[in-house]
Amino acid sequence: MEILVCVKRVPDTAENEIEVNKDGTDIERDDLVYSVNEWDNYAAEEAIQIRDNVGGTVTVLSVGGEDAEEVVRREMAMGADQGILLSDEAFTGSDGRGISEIIKAEVEKGKYDLILTGAQADDGAGQIGGMLAALLDWPYASLVNLIEIIDESKIKVGREIAGGNQEMSEIDLPCVLSIQTGINEPRYVGIRGIRKVASMEIPVHGTGDLSLSPDVIGKSGAKVKRLDYFVHDPGEGADILEGSIDEILDKLVEILKTKGGIK
Amino acid sequence: MEPALISPATASLFGIPAILFSILIPIVGLGFLVFILRKRLYPLFSAQTDPRTDNVKERLIRTFLYPHHRMPRYLLVSFIHITIMSGFIILTLRWITLPIVGIWDGFVIPGLGGVLGNIYTNVKDLVASLILIMSVFALIRRGVFKPERYAVPSRYGKDRGPETLVVLGLIAGLMILDMLFQGSSVAAQIQKGGQPEMLIPATGIWCAIYLMSDIPLPILQKIHLSAYFIHELFFFSLLCLLPFGRFFHLITALPDLFSMKLNKGTVKPVQWGLSEEEIEGLESFGVKKFQDFTWKHVLDFFSCADCGRCSDQCPANAVGRPLSPRFISIKSRDYCYTAYPITGPSQNGKPLIGNIFEEDEIWSCTTCGACEEECPLLIEYIDKIVDLRRGMVDDGLVPQSLQKPLQALEKRGNPYGMMEKKRADWTQDLPENYEIKILDKKKNNADTLYFVDSITSYDDHIQDIAKSTAKVLNAADIDFGILGPAEKDSGHEVRRFGEEMLFWELRDQNIDAIINSGVQRIVTADPHAYNALKHDYTDIPPVEHISELIDRCIASGKLRLREAEDKEAVYTYHDPCYLGRHNSLYDIPRRVIDAIPGTKRVEMTKCRDRSFCCGGGGLMLYYEPIEEKRMGQIRVEMAKEAGATIIVTACPFCLVNIEDAIKTSGLEGKMEAIDLVQLIEQHLTIDIEQGNQT
Repeated sequence: MEILVCVKRVPDTAENEIEVNKDGTDIERDDLVYSVNEWDNYAAEEAIQIRDNVGGTVTVLSVGGEDAEEVVRREMAMGADQGILLSDEAFTGSDGRGISEIIKAEVEKGKYDLILTGAQADDGAGQIGGMLAALLDWPYASLVNLIEIIDESKIKVGREIAGGNQEMSEIDLPCVLSIQTGINEPRYVGIRGIRKVASMEIPVHGTGDLSLSPDVIGKSGAKVKRLDYFVHDPGEGADILEGSIDEILDKLVEILKTKGGIK
Repeated sequence: MEPALISPATASLFGIPAILFSILIPIVGLGFLVFILRKRLYPLFSAQTDPRTDNVKERLIRTFLYPHHRMPRYLLVSFIHITIMSGFIILTLRWITLPIVGIWDGFVIPGLGGVLGNIYTNVKDLVASLILIMSVFALIRRGVFKPERYAVPSRYGKDRGPETLVVLGLIAGLMILDMLFQGSSVAAQIQKGGQPEMLIPATGIWCAIYLMSDIPLPILQKIHLSAYFIHELFFFSLLCLLPFGRFFHLITALPDLFSMKLNKGTVKPVQWGLSEEEIEGLESFGVKKFQDFTWKHVLDFFSCADCGRCSDQCPANAVGRPLSPRFISIKSRDYCYTAYPITGPSQNGKPLIGNIFEEDEIWSCTTCGACEEECPLLIEYIDKIVDLRRGMVDDGLVPQSLQKPLQALEKRGNPYGMMEKKRADWTQDLPENYEIKILDKKKNNADTLYFVDSITSYDDHIQDIAKSTAKVLNAADIDFGILGPAEKDSGHEVRRFGEEMLFWELRDQNIDAIINSGVQRIVTADPHAYNALKHDYTDIPPVEHISELIDRCIASGKLRLREAEDKEAVYTYHDPCYLGRHNSLYDIPRRVIDAIPGTKRVEMTKCRDRSFCCGGGGLMLYYEPIEEKRMGQIRVEMAKEAGATIIVTACPFCLVNIEDAIKTSGLEGKMEAIDLVQLIEQHLTIDIEQGNQT
């Protein structure tokens, strides 16, 4: 089975203190460290496990700047067979539709049976999987937490629904699935693993390679434009407690007591 | 004097000259033994290299020193063991003589004729009697009382009881048979009016002669011959049985002890004899299959006497984690004997994890070293566990709970994922007149580096240890500074959790920063950092633990302590594993506590080199073990039993675990925990806020 996994390089929420910059155009990026978006990592692990069971290849793809190569390489260290980086100045400022168009162009160059994306990204809006499926006119299942391969033309996918119940569906290949965390236990990738794949070539494809029209990509092609980033002002309905942890806890307990939360 | 009975060398059995049996039994016995031992050597030769022939003199001294003080740590059984073992050494001469006597009538080992021979015979008689008594004791102990330590939990396989009983039976049999063989001859002599050599009364042989004194000569003759040949059969059967189980240590103990690990606190390299560049290029890391173990580690498996002392002391085993060091050895040995059978081809090659070990079993170890400290055969466990973890890390088999902190260590140099620039933020809470230098070679330099490490730098509560350390160093008038953002995690647990190359990165960055700071010496309040800097790092200035520095400054009068405030308080000192067992610092921290006038200190039953691990430090704080109880809770119970109200420790991780345990055991208000350096800071006569000695 030929599997494509779309991964994104994101600031790791566990290892950063995310702050909005002064102009409200972006977050403060000076001291950030980045990693593979958590959901995408589960998707890559799932793809590798499927390949190990039924054969085929796993290709990892990322749209982003040159830096995005590191996440592609990380997933190759995990066990993906090859990587592709889609990078071009012209891609900057693309909206979700634009990113999906870029990926679609790459997908059409290959021959994939299955495309996996993360259900969402730490800094994203969870739209790529669905949009990509629509653009390709492929079937789509979202929030997948279980995959069973039936044969070369169809698979079964599971989704957790309210109350912890499980829903199972059958879906035709080729298809796009967005993967939920918890579908598996992603393997660990250490420095040694990354160094082992350090010399593997990762092709970079840009607008020219993908024959993309500038109408749909980049800032000019974006139909959704971000206006502002801000943190809510403290005031009605929002308060920020300050001080040492002990002081904060005391204040919190006090508030909970006065508002009747605890006795 | 003429022998009163026909000797085995001249008799005939079933119409055949008995000498044939005398020749055949040893040849067949020794032949089998050589055949078996040759097969046992296969796995040793297909294992990895391990240099163990350095420091021969030290090795020889330790080989004969260590077992002597380790064995009596379990007193009762040590009587049995020491008697039988030293008896065997004495009986060796007898056992060499006996098979020859069956061929060469009246043979004596050159030099053992005359008076010397008489003395030896009497000593041997005494020793044989003692061995007989002890093996009967041991049979009763093993067969009737069955000490709990020897039980085999079902998850680790079947009970190996019969092996021990059979061997003990054979030993007792050997003693009795020799007494009958020799006794029948003497009894016959007396009956013929001869005068026997002098005998010590009440020995086995003396009793045998007494009991046989009325038996007619023809029967004595039969006893004489059958005792001899059954003895020989027993003896060679016993020899051939040894390499099949726990009694192999009779043969392997000496070479295994000689090749003991000499440098405590260290971890073996991924592969011996290779540079780090060469190691980096290896196809595979760590132990994944049996032949990835080093020959010394395979010899350890052969040598394990299955005495259960390691697991009896293992804190992971005590809290019901799925780890028992004893079965690391036993399961490996069982696997080895199946994979390298005595007959048929080797069938080695299965991955160990998933077949004989479980992932959680290998992650359960806190590397506290209690097992290694106890083993009378000095079997190593930590290096094996680390090697197995290296293999798991290489295959990506790392629990999710550990992946996050490992990734944070890679990206941020600390397991919390906190920003590097905030590493020195704890200094901001110090009184205003304190200015902690962040060292660089140009402007800010100092004589001493205080290596803080991650938990003490970032953990809100543990930062108090850093502040106390800074105050104590200041009071002792020490010119010191810290590395600040340039300091990375010491990587102590990173290495011990098998992530070798990440450890190298952290180590190299730290070494650069330390060299760059231009300091002359390093001090730390974290035993894990202490152990890493001392044993895992090279080419850096000497490092000491803060307790050593405090001890010295108290002795020289640079630090003066005032009387303990709380006169009712009863202190107890909890030995951190990496200060005590791994670095033998037991007395200094105690002396420091005792230097506070008016402190009352008690010892817990498990203290010093038998200290009970608090639950583990570094990455172990993140691991979610399968366990019935927390190690810390058991430790707090021990402190309570000792009558202590304050547990003093000297390690940030111990403080975290013990404070947690006090809360979860409902002992809040009745017991507290404090770090040694905090305790000292509280009792300085110097007024810290002012910086003046009062």
